[in-house]
Amino acid sequence: MSTIAPPPENPRRDLSTRSLGKIRNFKNRGATAAIAFCLVAAALPLIFVSWEVLSRGGSMLSLEFLTSDIPRNYRSVGGGMWPAIMGTLIITGMAALLALPIGIAGAVYLNEYGKNSATARFIRTMSDVMTGVPSIVMGLFIYVVWVLTIEERNGFGGALALACLMLPIVVRSAEEMLKLVPEEYRLASAALGTPKWKTIMTVVLPSASSGLTSGSLLAIARAAGETAPIIVTVGLTYSVNPDLFSGGNTTLAAQIYRNAAQPFDGAVDRAWAAALTLIAIVFVFTIIARVIAARFSIESKRG
Amino acid sequence: MSTIDRPPADLESRARTRLADRSFKWLVTGAGLTVLAILAFILISTTNQAFPALRHAGPIEFLFGSRWAPNEEIFGTLSMLYGTAVTSLIGMIFAVPVSIGLALFISEIAPRWAKRPIITVIDLLATIPSVVFGLVGVIVLAPHLASIYQWWSDLVSPIPILNTVFGDANSGRTYFTAGIVLAVMIIPIITSMSREVFDTVPDTDKQAAYALGATRWEMIKGAILPHSFGGLVGASMLGLGRAMGETIAVTLVVGGAFHISGNMFDSGNTMAAAIAQQFGESSGLHTDALIGIGVVLFALTVIVNLLARLVVRRAEAKFKGAS
Repeated sequence: MSTIAPPPENPRRDLSTRSLGKIRNFKNRGATAAIAFCLVAAALPLIFVSWEVLSRGGSMLSLEFLTSDIPRNYRSVGGGMWPAIMGTLIITGMAALLALPIGIAGAVYLNEYGKNSATARFIRTMSDVMTGVPSIVMGLFIYVVWVLTIEERNGFGGALALACLMLPIVVRSAEEMLKLVPEEYRLASAALGTPKWKTIMTVVLPSASSGLTSGSLLAIARAAGETAPIIVTVGLTYSVNPDLFSGGNTTLAAQIYRNAAQPFDGAVDRAWAAALTLIAIVFVFTIIARVIAARFSIESKRG
Repeated sequence: MSTIDRPPADLESRARTRLADRSFKWLVTGAGLTVLAILAFILISTTNQAFPALRHAGPIEFLFGSRWAPNEEIFGTLSMLYGTAVTSLIGMIFAVPVSIGLALFISEIAPRWAKRPIITVIDLLATIPSVVFGLVGVIVLAPHLASIYQWWSDLVSPIPILNTVFGDANSGRTYFTAGIVLAVMIIPIITSMSREVFDTVPDTDKQAAYALGATRWEMIKGAILPHSFGGLVGASMLGLGRAMGETIAVTLVVGGAFHISGNMFDSGNTMAAAIAQQFGESSGLHTDALIGIGVVLFALTVIVNLLARLVVRRAEAKFKGAS
């Protein structure tokens, strides 16, 4: 018996799919088709929802809609959503003022001080868990600690609830951004005798600023569309209420919810137009965030 | 002034710096601990507020009582627990395969230029507010689905078990509709987590499978899926947590009936939806009971989330040993 292997019968064997067995080839194609179908299955709802909101909301949307007060009666046709637009912006803005500084400071702790300590790891895990807390529970929490304490539903309660929802998102995304700042910056700054706090404030945070901005904008966009905490904590108003600390308020999301299940055409029309307005606001925030993030990644590539 | 007089000033500034450094550290540490404080505070304050209702009903009756009649002060939340479980499960049955397939498409099949746009589209799906899904669901989807449900229910009526699960549909606002809406809403989160999991599969494994003459599907089956199983379970559980807590979209499409029905085409209710529906016109013990539902929901979602993270982390640890 010779130990030399026989020469291959066909040194240039056909390795294309044609030489595969029929069954294997069929399975491979079938799986590829099924996987591609998943893409369609996920894209369809997006197209469907966008189309419905654009076509139904677009016909109702007008300058009058954007600038007039909310009708007190569901039956009335026309009217507008100006108070809800203002409410959305000021409540979300207030929530951002509360959540962003604390969230970014928390991220500074995790990335610059805590690093891999047990406390930092625990905070990271708990931030992730907090991201998963249902928004209605956040609303109930603020209802208990704020609304029951001051005995009134007002805009600030809504801002508090949204801030609690934003906080973990901001903490986690800001930490990812701080991780991208090269260690050399910190070392160079320290070598020049700069104290650590000053290094963080004048070197680390500024060089991560675009990443922090884009992460924050995404968190704001998510908060602007929240409904559940708002209907629990904010109460209601039919005209613009710029004061977050007295009297009820309202947001676009809450108005969509109130009007959606009404049997009256006027109310349903307003719900669609409000949905279009809300999506437009959320979309603008998201786009700005993406543009900033894209520029940031180019800058970091340049080094 | 000679430099010999300088040290005291220098020492003083060093002390100032140290003080500044220390207070800055305390400040940011405090900010980091806020997360823990809020979580603890949520649990304590809501439990405390719900206590009268829990004591009135008794914890066992509250969790496993099937009758919810606030005007008679009877608070049994089993129908909502059941509804939450059923709608989340339907959502998972649709969302998990689609999400995993989508993640595979992005990581293995899509040409390089198409990856970014596809990811962006999926992210856009995540930015649509849940109330908009609810609006489209209740006005456009539900009426269309009602006739489809009825057709399906007639089709399977002679088959024993199926005719119970898919019974008569009186409206489009059902467990099943809520499940479909939930599926769409949790696809983005499961997809992005699954993508992260697939990224951890060592390239050498894939190349080895190809080198042995595997087709792409055989490579996915042999190299990617076994490697990623734990991570995919974790990703799916994160989606489950999201589905359980989803409020507004479900409130609009689930129908709001407080009963337990094996018929998926029947209206029902979930924990989150019941809170959103009744909170506005509740008072006294009824409000406390609704907050009690919130406590149970909070506990459930926290547990599911923690388990999910644990599963993902264990899967990651296994990879580190493997590659």
